[in-house]
Amino acid sequence: MWEYTEKVRDLFLHPKNVGEIENPDAVGEVGSIVCGDALKLTLRVDRETDRIVDAKFRTFGCASAIASSTALTELIKGKTLDEALTITNKDIAKYLGGLPREKMHCSVMGREALEAAVASYRGEKRPGAEEGEIICQCFGITDQKLRRVIRENNLHTLDDVTNFTKAGGGCGSCVPDLERILNEVWAGQPVEKALKPKRRLTNIQKIALIQDVMEKEIRPLLQADGGDAELVDVDGNRVILSLRGTCTGCLMADVTMKNIERKLKELVSEDLLVEEP
Amino acid sequence: MKVVYLDNNATTRMADEVREAMLPYLTDLYGNPSSMHTFGGQVHRSIETSREQVASLINAEPDEIIFTSCGTESDNTALMSALLSRPDKRHIITTRVEHPAVLNFCKAMGRRGYRVTYLSVNKLGRLDLDELDEALDDDTAIVSVMHANNESGVIFPIRNIAERARSRGVPFHTDAVQTAGKIPVDVSDLNCDMMSLSGHKMHAAKGVAALYIRRGTRFAPYIIGGHQEKGRRGGTENVASIAGFGTASELARNHVASGDDAVRQLRDRLQQGLLDTCPGALVNGDPLNRIPNTLNISFEYVEGEAILLRLNEYNICASSGSACTSGSLEPSHVLRSMGVPFTAIHGSVRFSLSRYTGEDEIEFVLEKMPPVIRDLRELSPYVKEI
Repeated sequence: MWEYTEKVRDLFLHPKNVGEIENPDAVGEVGSIVCGDALKLTLRVDRETDRIVDAKFRTFGCASAIASSTALTELIKGKTLDEALTITNKDIAKYLGGLPREKMHCSVMGREALEAAVASYRGEKRPGAEEGEIICQCFGITDQKLRRVIRENNLHTLDDVTNFTKAGGGCGSCVPDLERILNEVWAGQPVEKALKPKRRLTNIQKIALIQDVMEKEIRPLLQADGGDAELVDVDGNRVILSLRGTCTGCLMADVTMKNIERKLKELVSEDLLVEEP
Repeated sequence: MKVVYLDNNATTRMADEVREAMLPYLTDLYGNPSSMHTFGGQVHRSIETSREQVASLINAEPDEIIFTSCGTESDNTALMSALLSRPDKRHIITTRVEHPAVLNFCKAMGRRGYRVTYLSVNKLGRLDLDELDEALDDDTAIVSVMHANNESGVIFPIRNIAERARSRGVPFHTDAVQTAGKIPVDVSDLNCDMMSLSGHKMHAAKGVAALYIRRGTRFAPYIIGGHQEKGRRGGTENVASIAGFGTASELARNHVASGDDAVRQLRDRLQQGLLDTCPGALVNGDPLNRIPNTLNISFEYVEGEAILLRLNEYNICASSGSACTSGSLEPSHVLRSMGVPFTAIHGSVRFSLSRYTGEDEIEFVLEKMPPVIRDLRELSPYVKEI
């Protein structure tokens, strides 16, 4: 039994904006019956102002897919196309008071239908639709879509990639490719620049932030290569770390420690020094 | 609101008689059946009575029954015992549509170097026995085929399968969790070496099950510990649940022996009613070889989880093989193996009845179902295709 919010339940039992606009100005169709969910979005757009005056949907899918469709249409009505495009799948999930992690792909489908509809209105090719290399054959997910959803939702684990995009949830043969893409997205990318606070941190805040960066940024990368690191202590600005797994005794251990230090300097405080116990 | 419980292949309500049989062991009679004193000894006696009752349900001898904690443990024990007893043999034969208790065990053994043959089923969910003959070889350690499928309700020709395996000297196990108490189950008629049963599928408590092991079958315990169950399954017995399981077995035996056909009639009424009132509905599974309590029916162009949650609003309990209900992203492995069409595979609903199911419950479902399907079709972008 899924833990749906009251909002999801309510919008599933009493959906709004169901149907199809006759002679619509824009149509966005995503998903397919084979994959288990599909959404057809039709829009009435005021040509003068580019404003969405009406939006309707038809959805084949589970409760969260139907509720996400109502959320999408409610969120975009009255907005200009450009304003509407700033809506992300996270906004859809937020409107619903949250979705179970495994159901986040329903919110992603809503956002994609919107993109497709806007592209059809503007006579453009739908972004990401035909471009990119298909990574997950079971659900037809391209690397472009994967990269976008991973970035937008700050995804760091394989399970989450599957929860949000479905990729890897079928035969599972693309899992190595998904791991590669996940690593590529986060490797050269200074993630969450905003993480680094401007004001001075208290000791407790500093330790908490170091732990957070360790969990989100550093350990996943090390673990991908069979290694790991454990935060032993924080003494003033000295961060004491112990390398684990394949990192132990690795010839590159010094380089790894320097890289960790750089990351912590970048995301927490310039004053930090990383040491082994 | 009254609960309309049509999910009896998942679990069943406890029979009143079962609860009564259990109560003394949850209150006054708390002794350990292994103890030397009379206080514990009388508890031991109740376990042996239950063993006779369970044995009698499947026409076995009491010493051929061991009690376990769940159907999964019985299945795992049976398969592991066969593999451990014949370490030189490295081949397992089973089907694509087994319960995860067997299927995932076999997959795990596959990763440990065993060769596993998964027999396929046709559109009706029937096995091709020629495929079994081809797969059997001198390296085969065990054949395991369920008596009836939990999702489709399709009954497999166990006697025929067992004969083919045994004639090649290969032991045969069947998971009879879904048939015991619903149709006659007789180990000598079915000719199997091992058979799994589960208490909570037949109105006993959760947490108790049994494994039948034919006399003379090589056996290696899975749970290793004390001398309980003659050393075939260690661990202090779940006395109260075992006592209830015995009573449940006797009730089940009487029910099957009575030839009472009410469950089948109600199921057929439900099936016909839904086919008549819901367009685009199709029954999954062999209509001729099906356990009498199960109806697996697909509604084209709608999604199963959505149907279940709409039914849930009326307190109607059923289950679905759709991807969304399972937490995985693929629909049920059973329906996929049967090649259910893609328009219908996500919209399957399984109704499973019990001898406690009332006619009013079936009528209630027949009243509520057509508008639910109509409503969801209104939402579906494929609605015009019906």
